[in-house]
Amino acid sequence: MQFDIEINGEQVTAKKGETIKNVLDRIGIKVPTLCNMNGFTPTGSCRLCVVEVDGLQGLVPSCSHQVEEWMKIKTHSPRVLKARKTIVELLLARHPDECLYCNRNKNCELQSLAEELDIRERKHQTKRLSIQIDRACSSIERDPAKCILCGRCIRICDEVIGVAAIDIMGRGSDSRIGTSYNKGLNVSSCVKCGQCIMVCPTAALSERSNIQTVLDALHNPELFPVIQFSPTVPASIAEDFNLKTSKDILNLFRAALKKMGFRQIFDTSMAADLTIMEEAAEFIDRWNKQSVLPMFTSCCPSWVRYAEEEKRKLLPNLSSTRSPQQMMGRVVKNYITSSAGQKPSSVFVVSVMPCTSKKHEAEGDVMKDNNTRYVDAVLTTRELVRLIRLMGIDFSCLEPEPNDTAFSLRSSAGKLFGVSGGHLEGLIRTIHYMMTGQEINPIKINDLRGLKTKKETHIKIGKQVLKVMAVSGLANVKSVLDEIESGRKDVHIVEVMTCPFGCINGGGQRIGSDEKSLKSRMKAIYDVDEEEMIKVAHKNPIITDLYDKFLGHPNSDQNKDLLHQVPITEKTV
Amino acid sequence: MNELIEKMVPRFPVNKKDSLLGMLQEIQKAHGFLTEELIREVAQYLHLPVNKIYGLATFYDQFRFHALGKYHFQICNGTSCHLSESSINIKDLENQLYTKDGGISRDRKFSLESVSCMGSCEQGPVVKINATVFTNVSPDELNRIIRSLKDKTE
Amino acid sequence: MSVLDSIQTKDFLIEKILKNYSGIFDKGTGEQLALIKREKVIHPVLYLGMGTCGIVSGADKTYMAIQKYLNDNNLEAEVVKTGCLGFCSAEPLLDIQLPGKARISYQHVTQEKVEDLLNAVFHHTLIPENILGQHRFASHEEWPGVDFIDQHPFFAQQHRNVLHNTGLISPWSIDDYLARGGYKSLFKTVLNYTPDKVCEIIEQSELRGRGGGGYATGKKWRNALDTGSDQKFLVCNAEESDPGVFLNRAFIEGDPHRVLEGIAIASYAIGANSAYIHIRYNHEQSLMIMENAIAQAKEYGILGENIFASGFNLNLFIRKGAGAFVCGEETSLIASMESQRGTPQTKPPYPTEKGLFGHPTVVNNVETLANVPAILENGPTWFRSIGTNGSKGTKVISLAGKATRKGFVEVPMGIPISNIVFDIAGGISDGKPLKAVQIGGPFGICIPPKGLSAEIGYESLQEIGASLGLCGLTLLDEDICMVSLSKYFMKLLHKESCGKCIPCREGTHRMLEILEGITKRPKEESSHETLERFKGVVQLENLAEVIHDTSLCGLGKNAPNPVLSSLKWFRDEFEEHIFDRKCRAGVCNDLRSFFIDVDICNGCNVCQKKCPETAIIGAIRMPHFIVESKCTGCGICFDSCKFNAIYYK
Repeated sequence: MQFDIEINGEQVTAKKGETIKNVLDRIGIKVPTLCNMNGFTPTGSCRLCVVEVDGLQGLVPSCSHQVEEWMKIKTHSPRVLKARKTIVELLLARHPDECLYCNRNKNCELQSLAEELDIRERKHQTKRLSIQIDRACSSIERDPAKCILCGRCIRICDEVIGVAAIDIMGRGSDSRIGTSYNKGLNVSSCVKCGQCIMVCPTAALSERSNIQTVLDALHNPELFPVIQFSPTVPASIAEDFNLKTSKDILNLFRAALKKMGFRQIFDTSMAADLTIMEEAAEFIDRWNKQSVLPMFTSCCPSWVRYAEEEKRKLLPNLSSTRSPQQMMGRVVKNYITSSAGQKPSSVFVVSVMPCTSKKHEAEGDVMKDNNTRYVDAVLTTRELVRLIRLMGIDFSCLEPEPNDTAFSLRSSAGKLFGVSGGHLEGLIRTIHYMMTGQEINPIKINDLRGLKTKKETHIKIGKQVLKVMAVSGLANVKSVLDEIESGRKDVHIVEVMTCPFGCINGGGQRIGSDEKSLKSRMKAIYDVDEEEMIKVAHKNPIITDLYDKFLGHPNSDQNKDLLHQVPITEKTV
Repeated sequence: MNELIEKMVPRFPVNKKDSLLGMLQEIQKAHGFLTEELIREVAQYLHLPVNKIYGLATFYDQFRFHALGKYHFQICNGTSCHLSESSINIKDLENQLYTKDGGISRDRKFSLESVSCMGSCEQGPVVKINATVFTNVSPDELNRIIRSLKDKTE
Repeated sequence: MSVLDSIQTKDFLIEKILKNYSGIFDKGTGEQLALIKREKVIHPVLYLGMGTCGIVSGADKTYMAIQKYLNDNNLEAEVVKTGCLGFCSAEPLLDIQLPGKARISYQHVTQEKVEDLLNAVFHHTLIPENILGQHRFASHEEWPGVDFIDQHPFFAQQHRNVLHNTGLISPWSIDDYLARGGYKSLFKTVLNYTPDKVCEIIEQSELRGRGGGGYATGKKWRNALDTGSDQKFLVCNAEESDPGVFLNRAFIEGDPHRVLEGIAIASYAIGANSAYIHIRYNHEQSLMIMENAIAQAKEYGILGENIFASGFNLNLFIRKGAGAFVCGEETSLIASMESQRGTPQTKPPYPTEKGLFGHPTVVNNVETLANVPAILENGPTWFRSIGTNGSKGTKVISLAGKATRKGFVEVPMGIPISNIVFDIAGGISDGKPLKAVQIGGPFGICIPPKGLSAEIGYESLQEIGASLGLCGLTLLDEDICMVSLSKYFMKLLHKESCGKCIPCREGTHRMLEILEGITKRPKEESSHETLERFKGVVQLENLAEVIHDTSLCGLGKNAPNPVLSSLKWFRDEFEEHIFDRKCRAGVCNDLRSFFIDVDICNGCNVCQKKCPETAIIGAIRMPHFIVESKCTGCGICFDSCKFNAIYYK
């Protein structure tokens, strides 16, 4: 049902059941909010989106209040503006005045709100909050003093990731977001996915920064710094520096890294190809034995951690193949740099990931061997942007750097890892080849593409039919896992990504990524797949070369240790 | 499974959404306070995240996370008691009992808690020590009581 | 020790009394009923007030003393434990009813008075002290020279409708309630009325919620009735954790079956088969009485399956609230019942559409529900005849603070506050002048005597900024500092704020800080500091407006009330605190600065030893000195100086 309501003196058409904010968004009137998130039911807790409705006593929150026919709404009346301003002033009263030193300086919702609402003095002379920062976790840092208790992180952690590692503790003005018994994040059920950072309006949640470590390494003459980057990184960097996503962007990106002092540059997608090879062989092995199916992918460390914590029964179903980051690190230190005359101990491997969980993975026991780490430092995409700025790189003056190292050659299958369903698509291409000796046709699997959190399809391989599934957003995985635990047998491969839609939406991506940027990142990846000559992992000459020279054949005993692991750690919570 | 929780199972089915609060109340009644282990057991039983349970428990006045002292002081902080002639100064009491509001003294002898209203508004100030209610308590009288409790040896 | 065997009583009460529509009995039935109702007694009956307030005043000891007296003297008598009559400051209350004689009430019957008192009464003489009055009953012989209790100023202006039985009957016995016509309304309702008709009757009665908002009860029920759902719930809100009000004991500890009957009728009216009664965990007496009452009602077939063979089922559960003030708000209450953090939710959707477990839910205050049986019994017109336009019926109000007579009373709507304050409560004890009356608990307002002509009622109280829900009157005398009182309420609300919405969480915190700043000695004596403190007061008003305008629930919206009303009526006191650093009531000790008179001080060193802040320096036998920057103004030195050498200003 449609009817007219009055907003700021103008007649506007509204539909029954809409919230006031829906209407305002449509007609382009902006009201601020700190708690509301797209796709979530509004909680109405920040009270910043309040508007004045004639006939109602108090101001009403536009995010949750539905329109009614008789409404006459004022969105920016003096009363409303005063209320908004006062609320932000109250928030600022106890907020630490650290903007200049803050991780989110110039990118902080509270800061911009204060600016928008024209707050020009400290209204309330009161004591600032000072609470100990939780640095116990190797991926995520929590600074409760900067927290404004909007509750977004709690909701994403509970409703999207489904681990509820943090919640509000206490009541009233003493309430804080934290973990049970105020312990560090490292011993909570946190899977380090970093989605909470993505929604945090302030710097209460941020990644553990490795910028200084990387800078030190770059300037240490005894070290040989190399860098690997994950499939989605170049597109995200392009967004940050307003570059057009084109074929050149990769070369520009390489040029920037070179300029910063990285001696060799590797594309993690190459290791992803290797992952596909191993995983495909592993699956075929399981398939032939018809044991421990379905097989779950294990490239997402947050998912692996979740399985280790909560679903130990299903651990044998996880593929033992190491993640691309691990493989790349191992291959780089063991083989590649030695051909450049470097000892593993002097090679400093930096990886750039759209992910905070990879930081945790890199520090884990699976990532070291005789005290040599395979990856020495992990940067999120955000940190790399900061590093590029810090080093004064100007993209407009860079000459595109052609691919120089043979080892950064990759198939587009490896590149697909960045988006949910892509890993599976690449894997199926190789499984098809390995099982039938023929390439799959058509090579594009449309059912596994698109911005959906749950995608499933049947794949015909020779005479057999495989049922495969790609699920992203850990909370969505739960139901699938429950079905499988209680005996569902018809699925054969399940690709799991912790972050909704995969790494393009990872916890290390640019803050403030909206659906538009997700789509463009996804498109960039699929475009590569369209244009690339080598679309399957088993055709990547480097991979075939590696197997010929060092590794034997996929899933062979001789590379068990190098490319496979047994995922089990102690349960914490 | 913990014995205590096992006993509660028939009354608090897993599938009922509202079992949690009742279970926590019973645990507190039986055990005096909520330990981390017990919360974890409840979490496992009800398939709920530990953090959520802890977050819930910290919201309510009823739940405690440490044991009570040998003598548990409850000071009524209701309006009437607050207004009565010689209302009790919680700060003084904190100093005397070597503890904070909601805390326990180091020797575990005293714990102190200010509560909202004990329903004896006409007889304020009201102090409850363990199960005994003292009404119309003057500061001097309270001092005397505390001194006598302090002198009591185990 | 009942007159009749319990099984017989049950059948008798259900078959002959409850199911008797005409209300006319044959002689035998009438006599039996009179025995159960204790209108006619064979042995003496003693009624002892054993509500929470009675027990705290020593009623349990009185009870022991009575039992001992009866045993020692080999007397046969029945001792009935009643709830609180409402006159809490007169507790322990003991009523004695000798066969054929009027029931006589004694106040302040502590254990040592029992023997003399009973000795006298059993010999048909009376000790004149502490008589409250005698109860009026036609066939009882009056005690000569004793006033009737309904003439006592505490009771004279009351209109006891929901408190009809309270304090007179045993809350532990369903028989007492049934014998007095209890559950008749429920019986009539489930057998003769459709749910729609019940809603209509309540709508016609113009009953409004007695909790906070004053929403029309009938309309609320109809909203829930009209919402289609396979399951609906009724929740009786007895969470009340308002300090100084504690009204639910009036209903639950005095007459629990009236509440149960109200719950049952309401559940029937909205089509709910499950009802919950939510009582705070530390109200132990209420919980025990309610559990007992529910068990009895089930045994009598009044709750459970197929009530009175009408096909209506009702399961009633007690939920123990874990203690959060904000859970008085209906959406937080529902959250708490679902085992979540008790934070309020945005409305709409209202609980009548989507409440407990997502089903339509009606949350009614315990007083609202206690009103329902009488409306069904006497009809909506009768109910509308009491009270004023817009506010029908009666209201139970608690009296506390420095009043002469404290407790709770039931008065018709429309009675001026001054009548309650001066006539019923008897003004300030010891005849001191009245400074202000605080109305409505922590959300309430403080009004000076000149504002007391306002009437009890929804609109009339709203006009002066108070709300009828949680209506407690706290009488304040000159010893109360209004700034300190505002601070106390703000501290409480700040502690009880759930923390969900920013204006309430941060706003109450900030307002408390400002008030704390006003009641503390400034660090330096500069005029700048005074200006800052004054700016604080201006800020209080600004903050109050925004908090009221934007908060999510009633707690936040009403949180600034006490401060605003104090600022309105007692602004001079705030200004005194700021500019003169003076608290006229002598409450804000932190404002004082202490000095040692060097001419008097002989250096005995006592104050130096006692000072908790080591702010006093000086050699023995030399005049001492207080370091002002260290002094917190606690006054310990002042109290400990034997030579009056310490003074303050």
